[in-house]
Amino acid sequence: MVCWDPRIEEMPKEELQRMQYKLLKSLVYRLYSFSPFYHDRMKEQKVHPDDIRQLSDVKILPFMFKRDLRDGYPDKIFTASQDELVRYHVSSGTTGKPTVVGYTQNDIDLWTTSLARALTSAGLGRGDVIQVSYGYGLFTGGLGLHYGAERIGATVLPTSVGNTERQIELMQDLGSTAIACTPSYLLHMGEVAEKMGVSIKKDTKLRTGILGAEPWTESMRNRMQEWLGIRAIDIYGTSELSGPMFTECTEQKGFHVWGDLALTEVIDPKTEEPVTPGEKGELTITILKKEALPMIRYRIGDITSMDDSPCTCGRTHPRIQRITGRVDDMLIIRGINVFPSQVEYALMTIPEVGQHFQIVVERKGALDDMLVRVELNRESFSDKITDIMAIRQKVEHRLLNALNVKADVELVEPGSLPRFEGKSKKVIDKRSM
Amino acid sequence: MDTHNYIIRQISIFSENRPGRLAAIAHALGEEKINILAFSIAEANGFGVVRALVDNPEKAHNKLQALGFNIAFTDVIAVKMKDQPGGLYEVAKILGDAGINIEYSYAYSGKDGAVLILRVDQVEDAIRKIRASGATLLERSVFH
Repeated sequence: MVCWDPRIEEMPKEELQRMQYKLLKSLVYRLYSFSPFYHDRMKEQKVHPDDIRQLSDVKILPFMFKRDLRDGYPDKIFTASQDELVRYHVSSGTTGKPTVVGYTQNDIDLWTTSLARALTSAGLGRGDVIQVSYGYGLFTGGLGLHYGAERIGATVLPTSVGNTERQIELMQDLGSTAIACTPSYLLHMGEVAEKMGVSIKKDTKLRTGILGAEPWTESMRNRMQEWLGIRAIDIYGTSELSGPMFTECTEQKGFHVWGDLALTEVIDPKTEEPVTPGEKGELTITILKKEALPMIRYRIGDITSMDDSPCTCGRTHPRIQRITGRVDDMLIIRGINVFPSQVEYALMTIPEVGQHFQIVVERKGALDDMLVRVELNRESFSDKITDIMAIRQKVEHRLLNALNVKADVELVEPGSLPRFEGKSKKVIDKRSM
Repeated sequence: MDTHNYIIRQISIFSENRPGRLAAIAHALGEEKINILAFSIAEANGFGVVRALVDNPEKAHNKLQALGFNIAFTDVIAVKMKDQPGGLYEVAKILGDAGINIEYSYAYSGKDGAVLILRVDQVEDAIRKIRASGATLLERSVFH
């Protein structure tokens, strides 16, 4: 294994946690003293920096939310003045007003360091040609990966998004060994290449994909790895944290979250208490060294679980698992948190049914009643009632295992469920009507 | 003996249990001028399977599939019954004695007497045994 910074990346757990405690403590003192926004937050919650006496005391600190950034638009909660900033990025604002993130030179350096470690862990380095097909501009993806790739000594091919045929020609001519883009763009690229008579697997040197900025699944990973002959590496981040920050290593067992840069918590979104280690919950991140826009206990809204055990690659930093949903989508059925994405993943493992589904929740007496409607595939339709009953039982069983709560299943005709209409139509919660 | 002549192509359609589904199927077949010769609905909790013998199964299949229905062909056989008390017993006994397991069946009153439609597990074997027992099987040409 090659590490970008072995001293940090292989640091014993206890030492890393001592380091995190010191960083957290100085961050909180700094913000209490210099950030009116966070000072007030702490006052409201009756927390003083002196109350932070050990790392786990992070849980007494107030949270930050996306709305804090929106309310502070454009730069009200920045803790650096404009002349200290070297860059702005602006989020697309798909879920509301856009948010602005400012960076000091140190912020850019730490972001780049994070990606340098990540790309190295993904098996890239000097000699690689990394095609950056994320958008360059206000979006953090393009420039973030660009700086990270240059830092590790790779050759960057800054193609940005679009003009796919040209991208494929350049990929061949310049011998790109890795590409950074969204998984859906890579799939599109694979299809366009085939139309041009080019097999990415056979006719290019591509062997790694750094893929993210949108949700994707294990089945997409398997398909891309097989079809395109690459190792498909997941990457995670949001503009509030700086941009894309963390990737899987070549072991592909979760994102390594560098503990000297970020303190990760996974909490139950309702009780706001930490979940049992390994359980799913809402990812909450404190960026320990940011200067211009520090984030403390930032509630990203993504659902994941954390694994604190050392990775088989030798790195000791905690790993978070593939993002499986958004907090906004969460349902509580008989006291158990259920995410539509869990239903989606469970259904994906059953070839007899389609991937479209609808969840209907009702209250029957004192109990919540959950029904999952799913389409029976054409190929799996048998004229025999008992065969269809067996498929339904299989789906019910698989859902019970995945959700830990019983769901009734209704098999419906193919094509009958609503499509492409967003999450709102996927869940019908009659309890709130 | 060519058992092939006695194997009849039934169409089976998966249907959600909600109003209007049967009407939609029947309307589509009527539009294509497809005649339904025999017909049954099997119902389970929440869904059903509509089974029918029609004069043009391929055309029916294509039409219903194009409309989005989940449809399959199933091989069935048709045994002639006497249209009088004891008619069903006679046929059922032959099948029982021959050790043929019926998965499902339905009856209809054919042009020349009552007919029992059968879905069995070993169709070719069943045809041979039923023929050997002296009962009359209808040929597929009677239907389509």
